Amino acid sequence: MTDITASQAAAMPPSTSSLLAPDARVRRRNAAEARFRSYGLAAIVLALMALVWLLFSIFGAGLPAFRQTVIQFPVTLEAGKLDKDGGRDPAALAKVTTVTYAKVLSASLKAAIADKGIQAEGLTDKQITGMFSQEAPAMLRRAVLADPGLIGQTITFDAYAAGRIDGYYKGRVTLESASRDSNVTPEQLHLADALKEAGMLSTPFNPGFLAMPDASDKRPEAAGLGIAVLGSAYMMVVVLVLSLPIGVAASIYLEEFAPKNRLTDLIEVNIANLAAVPSIVYGILGLAIFINMAGLPQSAPIVGGLVLTLMTLPRIIIPTRAALKAVPPSIRDAALGVGASKMQSVLHHVLPLAAPGILTGMIIGLAQALGETAPLLLIGMVAFVRDFPAAPPAGLFDPASALPVQIYNWTQRGDPGFVERASGAIIVLLAFLLVMNAVAIILRRRFERRW
Amino acid sequence: MSIGLVSLTLLALAAAGYFIGRARAVSVAGGDTRKLHSLAGFYGQSVFLFAAVPSFLVMIAWLLIQPVLIESRVSARLQTTIGPDASMSLVMADVRRLAGAIDRIGSADEVASLTPEALKARLAGQGVAIGGAMTTDQVAAANDYRALQGKGRLGMTVVAIAVALAGMALALGRIRADYRARNVTERFIMVLLIGASLIAVLTTAGIIASLLFETIHFFSLYPAADFFLSTTWSPKFGGGSDLGIWPLLWGTLYVSLIALIVAVPVGLMSAIYLAEYASPRVRTWVKPAIEVLAGIPTIVYGLFALVTVGPLLRDWFAQPLGLGNSSSSVMTAGLVMGIMVIPFVSSLSDDIINAVPQSLRDGSLGLGATPSETIRQVVLPAALPGIVGAVLLAASRAIGETMIVVMGAGAAAKLSMNPFEAMTTVTVKIVSQLTGDTEFASPETLVAFALGLTLFVITLALNIFALWIVRRYREQYE
Repeated sequence: MTDITASQAAAMPPSTSSLLAPDARVRRRNAAEARFRSYGLAAIVLALMALVWLLFSIFGAGLPAFRQTVIQFPVTLEAGKLDKDGGRDPAALAKVTTVTYAKVLSASLKAAIADKGIQAEGLTDKQITGMFSQEAPAMLRRAVLADPGLIGQTITFDAYAAGRIDGYYKGRVTLESASRDSNVTPEQLHLADALKEAGMLSTPFNPGFLAMPDASDKRPEAAGLGIAVLGSAYMMVVVLVLSLPIGVAASIYLEEFAPKNRLTDLIEVNIANLAAVPSIVYGILGLAIFINMAGLPQSAPIVGGLVLTLMTLPRIIIPTRAALKAVPPSIRDAALGVGASKMQSVLHHVLPLAAPGILTGMIIGLAQALGETAPLLLIGMVAFVRDFPAAPPAGLFDPASALPVQIYNWTQRGDPGFVERASGAIIVLLAFLLVMNAVAIILRRRFERRW
Repeated sequence: MSIGLVSLTLLALAAAGYFIGRARAVSVAGGDTRKLHSLAGFYGQSVFLFAAVPSFLVMIAWLLIQPVLIESRVSARLQTTIGPDASMSLVMADVRRLAGAIDRIGSADEVASLTPEALKARLAGQGVAIGGAMTTDQVAAANDYRALQGKGRLGMTVVAIAVALAGMALALGRIRADYRARNVTERFIMVLLIGASLIAVLTTAGIIASLLFETIHFFSLYPAADFFLSTTWSPKFGGGSDLGIWPLLWGTLYVSLIALIVAVPVGLMSAIYLAEYASPRVRTWVKPAIEVLAGIPTIVYGLFALVTVGPLLRDWFAQPLGLGNSSSSVMTAGLVMGIMVIPFVSSLSDDIINAVPQSLRDGSLGLGATPSETIRQVVLPAALPGIVGAVLLAASRAIGETMIVVMGAGAAAKLSMNPFEAMTTVTVKIVSQLTGDTEFASPETLVAFALGLTLFVITLALNIFALWIVRRYREQYE
């Protein structure tokens, strides 16, 4: 035995390695270790950089949407043009079209330019009119119809600048690109610069972006999110009203009462699978059942809300069951011990204790539903809607838009101004989601109980 | 009465029922509630439930059935008068629109007195566009439609309130001192709870029924063999279109493959780092930050693909390499979808790696293995089934994803290997065939249901397989 080991030791070269100085193999293994570790770090950095890049690109493109270039100048509302009869009769006033108002605006702008002593040679009347948005005359007309007393006065009016002029101050349009663009000329941009120097043109915060309805293809500067925000709010109300009671009821049954049998298994399997069904399939369901079979109107928030409810239900049931499960059995036992029925122990004790967890799950489910787009496309929510829906409940059946669908809608349009609007709308959407998730996290932190 | 008003009335009746029932129980017991079987409130609750629940169910059923009945009656009446080539559903759409607009014009008599042309002009003035030429028959039908709707609404109101009153009378009549109100109420609530949990089953049934029904309809118009075997997709709205699923399926799989090639290494490596190397402080910050990626709506990724990633890939890769000059491409959609899927891979893998027992790691480290050797040779093999499950779930997510591919992948159905070319997917075609004017008679529209069914089956199979793998793995250690 000793001979064998002795002979082997003699055959092997004496080891030169020591514990203090790593040999080549240990160095290789340590290098592999460091490499592996850095791969992991690199993966995390990559994922976080993707997140930052995404947010950066959206915010960079979208923040300008919250500001809007306006040209401020005195407008003389001549009675001779706007109210020929002089009776201030609303019916007669309503007959005056935006074309007339555009002429009034254009004349006033020309007068204002001359007044400030700005050289505007080489600019045709059409180019002067092209300085402000096509929406500006419509806004002036609305202001006059709302208050006919304005006629005959000279008011200070903030006219939305045309989309390209607006883009010039947001870096979208340059003098070079303007010379190739049929919608704007470099002279108009020079005039805009002169107006800015004279203090008539500025780019303030634009509340209209949040409040106004969508605008047509040619007027990105006037497109707003008003109807989309309202439509989304209506849908969220429908989802909340339907999915909170149904989801909680289903969770209570499955977690507290359901016997172990075939039916319970069937329900459980169904809920697990429904949570993973692609959202567009829910759109097909909504189209086939709610619109074709039940005859509900297209583009209505009620249909969107129903589809989103079906989609959200399984996603709410899962956290709700977890919240119910987290309530310790001692609570139930104590209630039963003093004579409560099973139903009383659940409704009076378990449910209130699980409420913060349920609410958190509910809010997160709502946030997911708020950002969902695909199913809404199929039930016709892409339609161009200009009229605000009425107050609920009747308004639930009126055509409306929704935030994510409005974003999609804007990206499908030609004018580059709409990309800015779509990115701005995403910022609004993300802000809503952030608030909802923050509320959920605060609720969890405040009321979470460790048993 | 409007629906809201009817609902309020029913609720008010039920609430009144609660107080009457309670008071009646107390009076039956002669003021001494100890003589009652249950607490007095339960008697009230039983009356409330019997008044409210059946009447609301009747109302909902009525609202669902009434439009179908009215539609069939009005269209049966119109059937005899319209030409054989006119499309019934288009005519009915006009009738419905007209019926909805009559209120805005004036009374039904006023409408009847106008000629169809004058009526159309009036409607156009109100912003209601009527598609086809309008005939007096259609106007009459619209008036019928409106009258039937009014009658239906009145009937619903009367029946719903009658049911509520009947339920209330029944429940009130049963109140005695020894009436087991608590048991009845609780059983009633239990039925409601079971009903709520059956909605999930109903939803699945609804999905499968609607998909199957229309798919069968589609296959009666278009041969199934062509759908499953043809390699061209070119819908023509005049008829004679090729509707082969392969180009779409290829696009879907190609995009998902690229997404997984991006997401699996990144997701898996970050999960390993977070589970094995990161300090608790790093973990508490980084894990939620990566999960933010999963909370961002897909429309945001879609815009990102459309505005940022697409042009970038086109200008820096596709055009210099001569591979194409379209900004929407399989690569664009795949890359962006990969970013979206990262958290699905990473958080599931993280859970699974954490579930590997510590003793396995300790054993390996004790034998002198470095941490990375332990991970590669001990932890990952032990976690492999779970990780495969996570990847499959991510794949099912990628296959069913819609908005990113709608905005990033393009609309041309092609069978090509070039990742910088625009291709299209199943979900894109579902959206494009079903948005806009939907006329449910042509195979070009109905094909969307067959595509939807295919998508449903694929994702369902992937999910069941993934969950099966994950569950099998979990049983090993618990």
